[in-house]
Amino acid sequence: MSSRLRLFRDVGMSKYLLPVILFFVLTSFLFVGLYRDPTEVSSPLVGKPVPQFSLPRLDNSEALFSEREFLGKVSLLNVWASWCVACLEEHPVLSELANRNAIIIYGLNYKDDVTKARQYLVKHGNPYLVNAVDASGRVGIEWGVYGVPETFVVDKKGVIRYKHIGVVTQQDVDEKLLPLIGQLQSEVL
Amino acid sequence: MRKAFCLIAFFLLCFAALAQPGGMAPEHEKRYYSLLDELRCLVCQNQTIAESDAELAKDLRVEVRKMLQAGATDSEITEFMVSRYGDFVLYRPPVKPRTWLLWFGPLIFLVIALMVLSRLLGKQKRAGSTALTEDEQAKVDSILSRTEE
Repeated sequence: MSSRLRLFRDVGMSKYLLPVILFFVLTSFLFVGLYRDPTEVSSPLVGKPVPQFSLPRLDNSEALFSEREFLGKVSLLNVWASWCVACLEEHPVLSELANRNAIIIYGLNYKDDVTKARQYLVKHGNPYLVNAVDASGRVGIEWGVYGVPETFVVDKKGVIRYKHIGVVTQQDVDEKLLPLIGQLQSEVL
Repeated sequence: MRKAFCLIAFFLLCFAALAQPGGMAPEHEKRYYSLLDELRCLVCQNQTIAESDAELAKDLRVEVRKMLQAGATDSEITEFMVSRYGDFVLYRPPVKPRTWLLWFGPLIFLVIALMVLSRLLGKQKRAGSTALTEDEQAKVDSILSRTEE
């Protein structure tokens, strides 16, 4: 027994230790990778002013909605469409935010049919202060939209401060959006 | 005369049909396709916007075409995409501090592997050429004699 132990020490622990360490490094990388969403690509627009655009409003196609609306208050821009199933999933969460007057929510109605979009809001309620109609999706490109729903947080200076890709859950609201909104609202212009 | 005119008109129409697919000047068309092959479709991430059938890919193809026809350079077009969708939209990410590991990581691993290999080979060579020292011989003898007991 003692001679075997001595033999082990002579060969050197490092010879066995190194592969074990490498194994754990590799597995920890793979483990972290398991819980990352590759479809969430960070947006280069965060920290930049909202792109310039001018679109007709959903409630009144004569009136226009432009990037100037974002100035002077903290707001959300939610990109949605009536054909988007995931949007329906986050709709109650947005409605709850709007009902509590937690924040102004603007909508970008993306590549949708105006009639269907209006019906959607009548049926499920309207959390949006104003909706802009982006029928061609051209303004969506300006905002770097690649999957609906997407939600942007815009500060008082009209600068995009955060982009959320995919469904906004109640957890996202409590843990990310509301703390950020609170912080942005306390910023002075 | 009239027949001849009709015939000419017919052939002109045929050529018009041939020219239709791109709807672009030939020099634009070549750049158009090479640009499409450089840009990733963010909806289906392992396809270029040339391959993808996603709505967004179609829109971006239209956008690239419009910009080409408006006289934009290749770098202006890729810059347009990067400023909206990030470096991820490029199939060949730019070399900058954030992507150094991506670009040079494989090279680093190769160097490490070569170093390990040369050390192992060197060790083997040395081990092969040396006989046992007196001390080692004595150790071996003692171990062997113990197992015989």
